[in-house]
Amino acid sequence: MPQEYRLILKHADQAGYTPDIECYLRHGGYEALRKALALGVKELPDGKKMTAQEQIRDEVLKSGLRGRGGAGFSCGLKWSFVDRKSGKPIYLICNADESEPGTFKDRQILHKDPHQLIEGMIISCFANDVKLAYIYIRGEMPEGARLLNKALKEARAKGFLGKNILGTGVDIEIHVHRGAGAYICGEETGLIESLEGKRAYPRIKPPYFPAILGLYMCPTIVNNVETLAAVRHIVSMGASEYAKLGTANNTGTRIVSLSGQVKRPGYFEVEVGKVTLGELIYHENFGGGLREGRTLKAIIPGGSSSKVLKAGEVFKVKKKGEDGQWVPVDMNLLDLPYDFDSLQQAGSMSGSGAIIVMDDSVDIVGVLANLGEFYAHESCGQCTPCREGSLWMSKALHRLTHGHGRKEDANYLLHIAQNIQGRTICAFGEACAWPVLSFVKKFKDEFEARGAADEANAAQGSHAANAVASHKV
Amino acid sequence: MTFTVPSELEAELNELITHYPQKRSASLMFLHALQEHFGHISKEAVEWTATKLELQPINIWELVTFYPMFRQEPVGRHQIKVCRTLSCALGGSHTLHKHLCSRLGLDSKKHGIQTTQDGKFSVEFVECLASCGTAPVAMCNETFHEAVTQEKADAILSECR
Ligand SMILES: Cc1cc2nc3c(=O)[nH]c(=O)nc-3n(C[C@H](O)[C@H](O)[C@H](O)COP(=O)(O)O)c2cc1C
Ligand code: SF4
Ligand code: FES
Repeated sequence: MPQEYRLILKHADQAGYTPDIECYLRHGGYEALRKALALGVKELPDGKKMTAQEQIRDEVLKSGLRGRGGAGFSCGLKWSFVDRKSGKPIYLICNADESEPGTFKDRQILHKDPHQLIEGMIISCFANDVKLAYIYIRGEMPEGARLLNKALKEARAKGFLGKNILGTGVDIEIHVHRGAGAYICGEETGLIESLEGKRAYPRIKPPYFPAILGLYMCPTIVNNVETLAAVRHIVSMGASEYAKLGTANNTGTRIVSLSGQVKRPGYFEVEVGKVTLGELIYHENFGGGLREGRTLKAIIPGGSSSKVLKAGEVFKVKKKGEDGQWVPVDMNLLDLPYDFDSLQQAGSMSGSGAIIVMDDSVDIVGVLANLGEFYAHESCGQCTPCREGSLWMSKALHRLTHGHGRKEDANYLLHIAQNIQGRTICAFGEACAWPVLSFVKKFKDEFEARGAADEANAAQGSHAANAVASHKV
Repeated sequence: MTFTVPSELEAELNELITHYPQKRSASLMFLHALQEHFGHISKEAVEWTATKLELQPINIWELVTFYPMFRQEPVGRHQIKVCRTLSCALGGSHTLHKHLCSRLGLDSKKHGIQTTQDGKFSVEFVECLASCGTAPVAMCNETFHEAVTQEKADAILSECR
């Protein structure tokens, strides 16, 4: 039976579990940090030596941990890109901007178990010779910022943070930095600019890879909250045990945010790839299915920027056969294992782990109009295709939902989106183009019918009826 | 009215500067603190921040005009933010927004933040507040409210003094 596997959120929702350090310590807190700090130099069979730091980095790499912020990039590999020879300080930033629509998992860690994140960060700092780190938390989480500041203070008082940590001579400091309501601060280079006290204008890569030219033009690691919390578990249980969780190339657990039109929306921590998209939506341990009498229309599988999947779609996905060979098989949308690779093979992504479910009661044009407005509002405005394009798309979607649409709006939307993706400084360009491309392509008849109906009504001099009908999402 | 930052607040801000290798980094945290204290970011607050951080006022203006949370005009004492984005929209946030507006005599169709004439309440739509599983969600000042039904909304309003 598919069920949750709670590793990071093991205690978070237990009765009596509180976010203070005493409670955390009673539950084995900061033992992983002690373990990390106690690691000595390891002698390898070939006579080479590995420092404690190198051992932790190696473990994180071997664990197979992939970033939980959106791109799913190997955490260990990211750490290996850090320029350690520049002589400049290395910074670590925890991305707690959590603003991808549909996502509410970091919130759980930040509010219910902040010390777990802090322990993961201290270990990550130690492993990467970082002396100064920041938690960039979105401005709309004032309570989270307060809890983190309190937790940091407690950790300092107990000697886990600050100067000479646990008498080892290691100095690490962490500060909380608050954003102020801009989605683009979640993009790592925008975040860095914002942390430098500027507008969150993303930087162009190359040359501004954070691992080389990040915060204050120094090597910088940016990791998501959940990724850093996982590091704590990798150190405590060991990479090989961690890698036993989940599936090949998609190891560990992942907190899935499920929202939209399901009976039981919520967050569920699962082993990556051990549960299917269908189970997450329908199984009683998870979403519990759709509301009475409804059928599935579409799923946004990885945050609003991921491409929408249409009910009934069948994908060619590679599956390991009995002889160990990977063979392509036809797989229904609902049978897709919820992991990084399967969703990618289905032409979308698991992104931030946020699933938004839509049943047959939604107006699909209205749904895209809602997202279009989001992206038009959140474009930072540096690149012309994104700044203008996101606005044009939103305007076209607005008129389609307000009785002024045209039949050719569907193609117009596709045309704009195609001209944004790949032509911008940051991945926001794709983030705003992909929903439009996928929604319009997969539900083209509905977009065209809406535009055609508006045109017909306009010809009759009355678009009022349609406007009222389509105003709700 | 003269602009004075109370000494405890200034001490707090001085401490914040020490968190960063470069003073400029503290600017967002300064603006948060000043807005919390004064209710909005005035020209004086911008200039004061610039001086403290050894910057030009334009360096601060560009932040105030970029980040949606900062405001240059006073708003209601109780600022209500309703999430507008998809999961909340599917969960009824438009109805909630309309209900709040009509209870407070505001026009729900108007764009942007709206404040009641007595300056007690402001209502605005904001983007995803990262609690989509408990849609629709809203914030009243710093307090977070989940699954806000109309009854719950009425209770929130009546608790505001
Ligand atoms: C437009 C945009 C918004 C993003 N928002 C977030 C966010 O809110 N939180 C997050 O952790 N990562 C976000 N990311 C991804 C980050 O750029 C970065 O890849 C991530 O923080 C790296 O951490 P990870 O490797 O641990 O996943 C966003 C990316 C883009 C392009
Ligand atoms: S793609 Fe959009 S959000 Fe990203 S830098 Fe360009 S304008 Fe800004
Ligand atoms: S959509 Fe409203 S909190 Fe995310």
